[in-house]
Parts: sequence; structure tokens; C-alpha cells
Amino acid sequence: MTATQEEREKLKCNFKRVQSVFDGCMADARQHLSAAGIEAYIEGANAINKTGRGEEPVLVFLEEMPQVAAKLGEEVIEEVVTFTRTLAKSPNSKAIPNFLQSLGGAARALESRLLFTEYLNLVVQTAIRTSPKVHGIDSMYTSECLPDFLDSVPHLLSMLSLGGLTNWVNYGVLAYPGDPEHQREYFQIKTADSRAIIQRERHGTLFSDAERKLDLYLRGLWLHEVQFVPYSLDFDELRKPVPYLNEQGLHLPDVFDDLPNGVRGIDRYRAVLAHLSAHRRWTTPLIADNLSPFQRMAVEVFEDARVEYLALQEFPGLRSLWCKLHPIPNENLQQDADVSYIRHRLAILSRALLDPKHTYDNPLALKYVARFNELMAKGNTRTSDIQLLGVQFISESKVPSDSSGKIYFTNTEVEYRDDNRMMWVFIEEGDEEIYEERPRPPVETEDDFKVPPRMYPEWDYGAEHYRPDWVSLYEHLQPKGNPAHIDQLLAKHSALAKRLKKIIDLLKPQNKVRIRYQEEGAELDLDVAIRSLIDFKSGAQPDFRINMSHKNDGRSVAVSLLLDLSASLGDKPGGCTQTKLELSQEAVSLLAWAVDQMGDPLAIGGFHSDTRHNVRYWHFKGYNEPWGDEVKGRLAGMEANFSTRMGAAIRHAGHYLAHQKADKKLLLVLTDGEPADIDTSDPKLLREDARIAVRELDQQNIYTYCINLDPRADEYVADIFGKHYAVIDNIARLPERLLQLFMSLIK
Amino acid sequence: MVNSMSDTFDIKQYQITQEPFYQAQSNEVALYKAAYAARLPVMLKGPTGCGKSRFVEYMAWKLGKPLITVACNEDMTASDLVGRYLLDANGTRWLDGPLTLAARYGAICYLDEIVEARQDTTVVIHPLTDHRRTLPLDKKGELVRAHPDFQIVISYNPGYQNLMKDLKQSTKQRFAGLEFDYAKSDVEIGIVSKEAGVDTDISAKLVKIGETARNLKGHGLDEGISTRLLVYAATLINQGIAPRDACRMALVRPITDDADIRDTLDHAIDAVFAA
Repeated sequence: MTATQEEREKLKCNFKRVQSVFDGCMADARQHLSAAGIEAYIEGANAINKTGRGEEPVLVFLEEMPQVAAKLGEEVIEEVVTFTRTLAKSPNSKAIPNFLQSLGGAARALESRLLFTEYLNLVVQTAIRTSPKVHGIDSMYTSECLPDFLDSVPHLLSMLSLGGLTNWVNYGVLAYPGDPEHQREYFQIKTADSRAIIQRERHGTLFSDAERKLDLYLRGLWLHEVQFVPYSLDFDELRKPVPYLNEQGLHLPDVFDDLPNGVRGIDRYRAVLAHLSAHRRWTTPLIADNLSPFQRMAVEVFEDARVEYLALQEFPGLRSLWCKLHPIPNENLQQDADVSYIRHRLAILSRALLDPKHTYDNPLALKYVARFNELMAKGNTRTSDIQLLGVQFISESKVPSDSSGKIYFTNTEVEYRDDNRMMWVFIEEGDEEIYEERPRPPVETEDDFKVPPRMYPEWDYGAEHYRPDWVSLYEHLQPKGNPAHIDQLLAKHSALAKRLKKIIDLLKPQNKVRIRYQEEGAELDLDVAIRSLIDFKSGAQPDFRINMSHKNDGRSVAVSLLLDLSASLGDKPGGCTQTKLELSQEAVSLLAWAVDQMGDPLAIGGFHSDTRHNVRYWHFKGYNEPWGDEVKGRLAGMEANFSTRMGAAIRHAGHYLAHQKADKKLLLVLTDGEPADIDTSDPKLLREDARIAVRELDQQNIYTYCINLDPRADEYVADIFGKHYAVIDNIARLPERLLQLFMSLIK
Repeated sequence: MVNSMSDTFDIKQYQITQEPFYQAQSNEVALYKAAYAARLPVMLKGPTGCGKSRFVEYMAWKLGKPLITVACNEDMTASDLVGRYLLDANGTRWLDGPLTLAARYGAICYLDEIVEARQDTTVVIHPLTDHRRTLPLDKKGELVRAHPDFQIVISYNPGYQNLMKDLKQSTKQRFAGLEFDYAKSDVEIGIVSKEAGVDTDISAKLVKIGETARNLKGHGLDEGISTRLLVYAATLINQGIAPRDACRMALVRPITDDADIRDTLDHAIDAVFAA
């Protein structure tokens, strides 16, 4: 149906290409829209034409709108037109075609007016937030990323919910402020973090969430262990990979959505695992060289059916799961002469072999199903027995069109089955001669004692989520200095040490606790004994538990001391003759000595950072290391350098502390300034991250306490540590104060 | 002083009159018989619910001896085993504990889950377990010489031992040991069918689920599904409960709070009992 003359007149747009497609568009519109809707549709096209952006936006509008309006209701036309007008007045008007183009995909994925309006809001927000700002003034410059973002939307919405999309945008906006080049790449989904965030926000069952369940599944039902290697389906548009097994392990998709027929994502994983485990248990490799590709395909179908048959003997419940996932090819398909239907035929056979309730009546398929069942009923089948069936099926069912280049694929792919590569052995790989590769000597690295970095997340307070694996932390053993130096320091504080010794003796866990009401105990509990005697004399049943015993009430505390070794520690505070580093050394040595006297496990670590890629964690003392020359030497070698990225260090120290067996766990953080690093301009970011790190430890029952040497600490320390902090104003008295604090904490 | 109660004590109440069902897994019956013939103390080791207690019952029945069972616990004291003075209106009265009773009257004394008792408590059995075969009652000033039929049997589950709960070497080395495990699948199928009165098809499926859980031991499960639980599930099925519900109730919910394991076992149940 073409457009009427009246409609042509209404459309006040003279672009030739618009005119040429108008007929087709109107036909589409009539199918989906009411008369009023068509009216609004043409009006809308005019309005967009008047924005003066050429023919492209009008064309896109005419093409996309009928579908969008059919999905979301005709009022949406008005909304889109208004929005486009606003966009046209903004500096981002060149994104109009991209915007209009994204509507079709968005409407299909969102399917609701409300969400669609939210989507329009998101577009506005993205435009504003990605525009460069000069002197804090918005709306003057074009957002470079907006067209890229709009182009990515249909693809993104096919995987993410609108909430997920919003999070993805937020990350992109916040992660690349002032770096439009990289931001564009992010919005084009070209960078690794862009993909990682998509993965995080995806719907469906993520492999990483289900890994343990799958591992348990294999172990429990199949007694197998296998390395899982997930692959992504997102970035291979042309040819979707299928699960397979090779020497590296089992390759699986990284996500499975729940299916409309009620199969959950996790069950789709289990279907794959069950099929592969059945192969691993019952399939023995065949020699592939003598078989044609078609013959191999048929043999694979029979072998798949055979291992599934055997698996079903053990786990009959798998049949309903597999049947739900196996396609049901249409037997009465209209077949073209020049298309190869070999896959289709085999899929019918495969379905008939799996599903006893199938409705096929193709005589050949039925014959082979009967032969297969007869063979399986005999028992003790092997892969080689099945080979004959496959070869014969191919020769009996062969038709000339099979070798055609056009292959009919619809409804022939069984998603839970692997590609059977482990089933075949090729004797001749190719014609190349084989050269033996000589083993090369391993390249010597300069530092062979290197621990791989530990990756820690960092909290992004703006986006309210963790940046995964953001900080790399390297642990080093502190090089040794001269232990005598520490002894000198301790000698200097001998008077203090003597005083401490008295306190320490009091603190040793030796307080006795009475346990009363014991039938058998160390001594008679007179109160109870007399009461019992009275009961007895008065004829009532007395209580026999008249003894009591004692036990020592042990204190079980593990302490980790974390030192900030940033460059500022080298400063001499006003009115002091020593640097903060030297004072810290004294304080830490005294503390370590005192804790050793008390017999509680203590670990000492220090940290500084040089951007997020290099946070160094220096090991001074482990929990079980005795307080001796080794540790003293390391303390003497303490040096101050670089910056203070506190969150990762707290997480790392907490990670060790969490593994300690103690009732109470205490993490002491000794610092002289707020968290900061040279790659972070926002001071609040690292502060918030440290706060979250402290909260994480709190959840693991670790008590974090900060001792701060910064006179300005009041501005931030409470934000991070809550009430668990002390600011030491007179730094010269640090050694004494540190111990006092410690004692008051563990008393 | 011989007290009146002990004179009138009737050991017959501990006699096992009906044959308990026990399916031998191997030659344990012959081994136990030989140990009993020499009155050697016997230690039964094995996971929970694999049939240790049932075996002792069965052997007591087979040998025609009374069986006195003590479930050990942390609050148990030596006098709970040996006996104590009770007060009554006229003065004191001695009451034999289960161990003394068994030694006096020639019963098999079975200390179930012995490690649950404190180590100092378990030491009182020592004089009964070596050549002396006596039990000194120091409070009473009596030395009980064990009846010729008396034997001591202990059980424990090495699976959930920790450092605090283990037997002293001096205790361990007084016993001959029999190790138990869940029966092989065909034997276990027979046991479940017989105990709960279900057909072998259902019990085979239950045993299959049991094996699945046992494979997960150490990977989130401290202990696999015991034969006892399988029997419970079969009993529920026998009462007309749908197998999948019965299994969830009897096999999965009791043993784990771990959502992943629960999910995996639930799936195993679905896979074994097709809808």
C-alpha cells in the first residue's frame, strides 16, 4: 500500500530519499498505528525535518517509529519528538540520528513506557556528564562520547537491564574524567574494563557465580574434577563458540540466561557438564582419517545419544532437562532443492534418539532409533560399536543436495553438547615435517624472589561500587638493618620499660575464675554445701554439686600493627630532635617487646604506595616469629618513601589477621596523614576506600584502631575509623603513648 | 556392705530378645566373636550412621549377653559411669553406675561416642580393659572383679575429631579395633530396602544420592549422608511422600546449611528421581 496524496502533502519534506521510502514507511505505519497515530507520526517527521539536520534523522525516524510506537503505545511518538527537539537545541545535536537509531533496540528490550522514559533520562544525563566542562559551566561543548554510547545501546540492552546499563554508564563517566579519548573507547566497548563491567552487570547466571556449584556437581555426581575455562559469547558475533573439552580444561560460556521454558541458567550449565562427563566416562577416541565429514557428524550424533543413554540409566531425571534444551526440528519442513538438509536430518534423528515421546514418523529415523535401542539394550557398548550405525545412516539417507554449500541450520544446534573434539584422533595432521623444538634455558630474572601481586578492589564512592582488582599490592621482606640499633633504642627507654614490666605482669592472663556447682572439684564451695545440708536435714533432695574449681581465664588476642611508611614520615615535627620515622621505630620496638612479654601473637607490616599499580607491603614480623635479632634488624632497616594508599594495605593486613585463631583480633594502624596517592586527585576517594576497608574488617570481627600523628587528623580520621582512633599531639611521647593505648585496648 | 538394691537388680532387662537386623559387610561378625571369646575390649570406628551401634546390638543378641549402652557427653563424670552415693532419709545409699553394673553382672558395656566424654573420665575404664579386669570403687572401698562375661566396647567417629577431642594413647592402646564405613552400594541397597520396607529400585536411587553426597565430603560437607538418613528417607517414601520431597526433607536439609551444596544435592535428587 502506498502513501495517499493527502499524506504526501502533509509531509513537508522534499529530500528525494525521504520521498522515495515514504511509501514503504507508510505501509509499515498503517499496520501498526491508528489514524491518530499516523497523524502524529507524519507531524513528528515534519518536526524533525525542521530541526534542520538534513535527511538522515527524518529517514531514521520514519523507519524506526512505527515499531517503537507499536511496542510502547502511540503517545511515545510525541515524547520522542519533544526529546529530539531539545537535543537539537543542545550542543549534541549531531547525535540525533544515533539517538533515533537506538530507539528500536531500546523499545524492544525495555517493553514499557516507564522504562523508556527512564532511558531518555539516561541519555540526557550521559550527554551532560560526558560534556567537557570549562570553569564548571555545562552545556557549551559537545559530548564526544554520546554518539558512541547511543550506537552501543541496542547491543548493551540485549544483555543488560536498564539498571545495569545505568551502572555501566556511571562507571564510564567516573573512570575517565578529563580523558575523552579513552572514554570514547569505553563507550565503544573496546576497553577491557568496559567489557568487565558489562559482565558484572549482566543478567542470567554468571559462570563465576555458579562455579562452586558446578564444581560440587561434578564432584558429587560424576566424581570428576576439571579446570573450567569460561569464554564469552558477546564478542564473537559471527560464529558462536560451543562448549568443548581439551587439555586446558572444559570451556564453557561465561553466562547462561534463564530460558522462557523454565530452564534456569545453572541447569543449563549442569546439562553441559552432564553431557561432557558422560563423554569422559564412556567415550573412547576413534580414528577420524577414514571417515568423511558427514560420516563423522552422524557418528557423533549416535555417540552423543549413546553416552546420554548410559547417563540416563543412572540419572533418569536428566532426560527432562536435556529434552527441554534439545531443539525440536520440524519434520514436515518445506525443503528447497539447492539447500543441504543434512544437519536438519541428523537433528531429527538426535531428537528421536533422546526423546522416547517424539512424534516423528520418518521411517529411516525410526529404523535407526530401533537399531540403536536394540544395540544399547544388549549392554556393554563401546564407541566403536556405534561407528557402523553412523556410517550406514549416512549412506542410506544420502541425497544429492547434501553437498550443497547452503546448509540449513535452523533448529539444529544442540546447545548443551560439545563439539566432540576429544572423540577423534587424526593420524595424519598434515604434510608438514616435524622439527623437534629444543628446550631453551629459562631466562634468568633479575629478582627471583618475587611474590606475585595480590589484587585488591577499591571502593569508588561516587559510583557506589568496587572497582574490581584495582590495586596491585606487592609484598616484600624488609631488608635488614643493624639490630643493635633497636637494642640501643630499647636501652634508652629502659626506665619506661621497667615501669611497663609491672603493668605487663598484671596484664598476663592469669586471673583465676571460679567455676561453681561442680560435683567434683578442687575445693568445697561452702555456701552451696551449707545450703545442701539444710535441704538434706529438712528432708528435701539436696544438690550434690557442692564443689568448685578454678580455671585461668586466658586472653586470646592477635594483633597486627600496620605502619604507614610514606615519605612524610621522614619529616621532623616542630620541637623535636628526631624524625617521625625514628620515633615510630622506637615506639614499635617497645610495643613489640611488650607484646612479646605478654605472649600474644603480633605481626608488624608497613606500607607505602606509588600509584595503584604498586602498593608495597613490607613484612617486619610474622605472628609466630619470635622477637629477636631477625625482627629487630628489619625494624632498624625501616625507610620512608612514596605515598599512602591505605585501603589496600588495611585489606592485606586484615587478610592475614583474619586467618589467626584468636577470640579478639586487633589491627593497629600507625599513620601520620590521610590516605593519598599521586594518581588520585580526589582526596575523598582514598579516604572513602579506607573507610570501606575498615568496615569490611569489622564484618570479619577485626577491631581496627588508628593512632594518628597528624595534628590535622581530626578533619578526616573519624570519617575512616569511627570512634576507634587516637591523635597523638606530642609526638615526642609516641613510644609511651602507643603502649598505653595498646594496654588500654586489650585490658 | 552389700546394698539391697544391687541384690535385687535384674540384669535381664538389658537382654536383647529380638534379633536386630544387621547386614554384615565383611567378616566383622567373626572378628568380634573371636575378640569376645578372649574378652578383648573392642573399639568401633566409623562415620555417623553407618551401623556401629546396630552391630553391637546384633552381636549382644547373637552372643546372648545383656547390653548396657552409655551415650557419652561432655558433662559426664567418672561417677556417672562408676556409681555414687545417694542420700536418703536414713543416710546414704550406694548406686552402681552402668559400668559397674555391667562388670558385676556380666554384660557388654557399650560406651557410645566415647570422645565426647572428658579425657579424665575415660581413664576410669582402664583397669577394666587390661589383664586386671577389676574396677576399684574408691569411694565405697570395694574392688569389683569383673564377671567372666563382661566386655567393654567403645565407638567413636574419627571424622569430626579435633585436637581437644581425641582419645589418649593410653586409652587407645587397650582396644582391638574394627573399622566401619558405609556399606558397598549393593549391600546398602539391601539394608535400606529391608529396614524401611521399600523396593530395591527406590533404595538403589537413594543410595545413589547418598554416594553423591559422600563424594562431597571435605568440600563443604563434614560428613556424607548416612545409611540411617537413607532409611529415614525410605521410611517417608513408604508413607506415601513423593520421593523428591522425602529426599529433600530427610537427606539434604539435615546435613547442610550451605546453599551451593543444598542446590547441588537437590539437583542430584531431581536427576535420580525423574519427574
